[in-house]
Amino acid sequence: MTTTAAETDAFLASLRAGSADASERFVRAHAARALAVARRFLPNESDAHEAAQDAFLSFFQSLDRFRGGASLGTWLHRIVVNAALMKLRARRRRPEVRLEDLLPRYDDAGHRADVQPPWQKTADEILSDAELRQRIHERIAELPEDYRNVLMLRDIEGLSTSAAAEQLGATAGAVKTRLHRARQALRSLLEQDLA
Amino acid sequence: MSDELTCQQLIAFLDEYSSGEQAPEVRAEFERHLSGCPQCVDYLRTYQATVAIVRGACGEPDVAPPADAPEELIQAILQARRADER
Repeated sequence: MTTTAAETDAFLASLRAGSADASERFVRAHAARALAVARRFLPNESDAHEAAQDAFLSFFQSLDRFRGGASLGTWLHRIVVNAALMKLRARRRRPEVRLEDLLPRYDDAGHRADVQPPWQKTADEILSDAELRQRIHERIAELPEDYRNVLMLRDIEGLSTSAAAEQLGATAGAVKTRLHRARQALRSLLEQDLA
Repeated sequence: MSDELTCQQLIAFLDEYSSGEQAPEVRAEFERHLSGCPQCVDYLRTYQATVAIVRGACGEPDVAPPADAPEELIQAILQARRADER
């Protein structure tokens, strides 16, 4: 089934106006996928249900900030991932890390002063290991919120720098800087598990 | 940019190198440094792997989800939505 831009706009307007019918149609169309995504992060079924429910509520509350650039389904996906990560972090009782502690350190000549042994696995090997995959989710959840949000919008939702900047109310320069620092920090966290 | 690009300078702009945004002459400077610096090559490799891992671990799944979500979940979401609207 194809949907025209005008139909999409009308549906979005109904959702924003709080239409019970539009809300139910959206929930019924997306709940199975949202739950499947939450289950990838949360082995406990009741945690996955709670994360999916939290995500839909955040989705409805944030509709006024939706500016396009991605589909409503992709927007919801990112919110589900974020809700699942927050639930995971609460369950593991891990605080946010200090980002500055995870950036590379250099000597006076500009050479790295903190070189670790190379990673023993490729990205594909890491992703196919269920235990490591879970560890990756936990590591992403440890990133400070401002950095995690940029990582989500750019690397998961695939928004452009300018679209992410608009959504976050930040400058494009700030988004680029935060994304680079978030990737570097996460790289350091993963290195603790992989080197 | 001078011929003596440091590891610190390279890593500061690694995202731009990685996404191919740089001018050809700047990219050539980066590649000259990388050709003699295995530590930066390894950093670049693991930086790019991190991006791939995030996408792979958190991206939208390729496979179709189960056709239906539990009705109790759908009702709980709709009830929370109604309560939030009031």
